[in-house]
Amino acid sequence: MTAAAGVQAGARELGDRGGGWRSRLLTALLVLPASIWYLFLLVLPLAIVVIFSFGVRGARGGFTPAFTLDNYANIFRAVGVDPFINSLWMAAAGTVGCLLVGLPLAYYIATRAGSRKGLFILLLVIPFWVSFLIRTYAWFLILDPQLAVAAVRDLFGNPDFNLLGTPWAVLIGLIYGYLPLMVFPLYVTLERMDRTLLEASKDLGAGRWGTFRQVTLPIALPGLVTGSILVFIPMMGEFVIPQILGYGRTFLVGNALYLDFLEFRNWPAGAAKAVVLIAVMLVTVTFYLWFINRGRRTREASVL
Amino acid sequence: MSAPAIPAARTGQPVSRARPVDRLGGLVEFWFRGHTALVYAFLYLPIFVVVLFAFNDTERRVTTWGGFSLKWFEVALNDRVVHKAVENSFWIALPNAFLAALFGTMAALGLQRVRKSVRIGYDALTYVSVIVPEIVIALATLVFFSSTLDLVNPALAALQGDPPRPFRLNFGRETVIAAHVLFNTSLVLLLVRARLSTMDRTLVEASYDLFATPWRTFRQITLPALLPAIVAGFLLAFTFSFDDYIITTFTSGPGSTTLPLFVFGQVKRGVTPETNAVATMMLAFTLSMLFLGQLVLRWQGRRRGQKGSVAGIVAESAG
Repeated sequence: MTAAAGVQAGARELGDRGGGWRSRLLTALLVLPASIWYLFLLVLPLAIVVIFSFGVRGARGGFTPAFTLDNYANIFRAVGVDPFINSLWMAAAGTVGCLLVGLPLAYYIATRAGSRKGLFILLLVIPFWVSFLIRTYAWFLILDPQLAVAAVRDLFGNPDFNLLGTPWAVLIGLIYGYLPLMVFPLYVTLERMDRTLLEASKDLGAGRWGTFRQVTLPIALPGLVTGSILVFIPMMGEFVIPQILGYGRTFLVGNALYLDFLEFRNWPAGAAKAVVLIAVMLVTVTFYLWFINRGRRTREASVL
Repeated sequence: MSAPAIPAARTGQPVSRARPVDRLGGLVEFWFRGHTALVYAFLYLPIFVVVLFAFNDTERRVTTWGGFSLKWFEVALNDRVVHKAVENSFWIALPNAFLAALFGTMAALGLQRVRKSVRIGYDALTYVSVIVPEIVIALATLVFFSSTLDLVNPALAALQGDPPRPFRLNFGRETVIAAHVLFNTSLVLLLVRARLSTMDRTLVEASYDLFATPWRTFRQITLPALLPAIVAGFLLAFTFSFDDYIITTFTSGPGSTTLPLFVFGQVKRGVTPETNAVATMMLAFTLSMLFLGQLVLRWQGRRRGQKGSVAGIVAESAG
């Protein structure tokens, strides 16, 4: 009886803490399945990857325990570092591309679409529900030497013009694949923007570019940061797009990891690359956040 | 330049309605509209191309148009390999979506009841599982399963008295499901928690003040309020799993090829319009799932007098 009362009193508020043992048992049961999954399929595997990165390849592939830094040293030797540099370049170019395409679009939807905003957003979401692989395959068809590319080739009269298998095809695929992830956060921040600020800026004599640079852009900044991170990170680890649209010639970290694990079965070498990939990503994102926030702090200071 | 803005402000019209009369402004507006139209064309053109060439009546190159035909759909529907892939895809995506929706919702409810330090740790793990590149999660899971099976299988064989062909655990649908559930639980967790944080707590208070039991309050107040997020999470989990290539390719066994693995294999080996037919059917199916989800939410919303859409919930959470 008292226990039941305890549950009732304890669960009275949704954000309940403590309470009777029944209440605590219920809490534990609620988080148990997800906890098991996080422990066994996230924490443990990532820990194993770190451990394996110090090992050596077994005779028949896989892993033999050892302690060596060779796997890391190999990454920074001549060709080992190439996929990382390629990935950083492609992810950076893809992020800038998404921004160039996405910012005017988000701005248009937020300020010009009026009552049709919902429709515009829905139209943006629908392609995103189509399989990533199918969308990439679509570009494999469009960039086919016989289709769209043939038209461009005839236009410029260059018979060797081709896109499939080049970094440009990979870049198109990256921008197409991740564009909505850039537009959503930008749209959300721009939509909340107070329009009277634009009028105030105009009234104070600012031109279009001045208003954009000093009013719109700072307001859109949080969305811009979120969007950039949302597209940059998966682009760094992308595998399907460089494999299909780049014929595997634009060799990114994803391709290197795939080869190490599923073709060469050299787990320690691949594990070291995975650890370096995560490290590179964390450093890049931290630096990016620092860079953006530094600019914002000085701007706030100048206002004061 | 500021001249047109003043009358607009005086009449209290929003800036977006103000018709710019200056030439530069007109150009900017024109460019805006053109850019938006081009982006939407850019978004839909590829999908159109895939669907179009599924109806291509040709025996040779996919991209050489040879007239309209449905024959490649017939080929795809009679292909044993496709049948097996469809079966695998469903028996991976469905259990995964159920488990992820259940675990994610449970965890979201449970996390409201724990100490702050525990919640922060949990948040960190959730973000790690979403932020770490998919391929790293995939290879980590491969290494983990492989190591575990190497430990478990000899023990299993010993338990069975070392027969020549002992029962073994292997890579297959189960390993793929387990791997997909991790990512999708985080997804549902994020969606449901976002909904919980905007939920009207006074309803829960009122329910208790009217002497409802915790279970009844949950069933009549909390669950209906969370339902749009749960449905959206379920659908997202299903489509993610149904469309996933990377995690599936690292964690599947020889017999558990799914539709994306089939399509990828075709792209590598050489495509025929059959690939397009399969892709078109996958696409139609995923989009009808989205449509169905929309209908369910609208029906629910009408009953409860609230609005919600799958697209809206997803877009909101991305922001």
